[in-house]
Amino acid sequence: MSGHVVPVRVYLAVFVSLLILTGLTTAVAFVDMGPFNLVVALVIAVAKMLLVVLFFMHIKYSPPLTRLVLIAAVLWLGIMVTLTLSDELTRGWEVKIQGLSAILPYFRALLP
Amino acid sequence: MADMTVHAVHGEHPPGFAHQFEDMEQQREAGNLGMWLFLATEVMFFGGLFMSYIVYRTKYPGAFADGSRLLNVKFGAVNTAVLIASSLTMAMAIHSAQTGKKKPQVWYLILTMILGALFLFLKFNFEWRADYHEHLIPGFGFYVRPEWGGGGAHVQMFFLFYFFMTGLHALHMIVGIGILTVLTVMAARGRFYEQYYAPLESSGLYWHFVDIIWIFLFPLLYLAGGRYPIPGVTH
Repeated sequence: MSGHVVPVRVYLAVFVSLLILTGLTTAVAFVDMGPFNLVVALVIAVAKMLLVVLFFMHIKYSPPLTRLVLIAAVLWLGIMVTLTLSDELTRGWEVKIQGLSAILPYFRALLP
Repeated sequence: MADMTVHAVHGEHPPGFAHQFEDMEQQREAGNLGMWLFLATEVMFFGGLFMSYIVYRTKYPGAFADGSRLLNVKFGAVNTAVLIASSLTMAMAIHSAQTGKKKPQVWYLILTMILGALFLFLKFNFEWRADYHEHLIPGFGFYVRPEWGGGGAHVQMFFLFYFFMTGLHALHMIVGIGILTVLTVMAARGRFYEQYYAPLESSGLYWHFVDIIWIFLFPLLYLAGGRYPIPGVTH
């Protein structure tokens, strides 16, 4: 027998948990929680993703190298989103610096 | 002749075993690693869309909420459950191969295909058809409603994301059903047994990945705007 055989009851437990979480995320959307609606929805989505990845996709039973690929994938996605947002969200932060004269006072303050 | 020489050197291989590997376990792990690498590229493939969605939702949260509230949350939730069930049957097909059960493999694979097809049927026949009748297809008679108050272009952009993301996801499901068809034939011919089920496992990883994409699409598209009643808004 090659590979880890996950017991059927584990699959069923994961399946039921996923259904409950789907019901929960749908029900919660009908409650006005302001900006936290999206936060709760995403936390539940991440929990569901972890259940699928760990048990259905056998990452819990996989060698470290396979896990590393998954971590790398999430990390690279994080880099893409973070760097893009660091541009997009800071475009309003214009600081008008006219030549060196704007920063010279700060340098002078450093001198005794 | 060449084939005979190889077998003289390496001995007979068990079915499904490629002789460049040390043993079945190494072959299985190498295949899995390759599939995960492919899925990493798929994460970036969908990631571009998710990232654009984040950028524009940050810019126009009101319009995205208006658009989101027009989607049918019942079909979204039911389809999520259908996909989760198909992931379970896929996992059970692999479990059947691991424990040497031939017939259940075929039935679980067929069930997975039926659930995948049911998802696509609900999505295309009910949701997309209703969107068409409600003039919500971007650039194709898209009707800007007065209650959006000037944000019509951005609501249209939400629907562009909706159709592009669900469309790309549906394309992956269609490809998945194609792969499952091949696997069903292979399973029916008894190709998979306790030691060799790599094609089932790799395709299973793909199927579960497509499920995970939907797990994120559902809250982002259907629930993003909240479903609670807003005073003064009728839709």
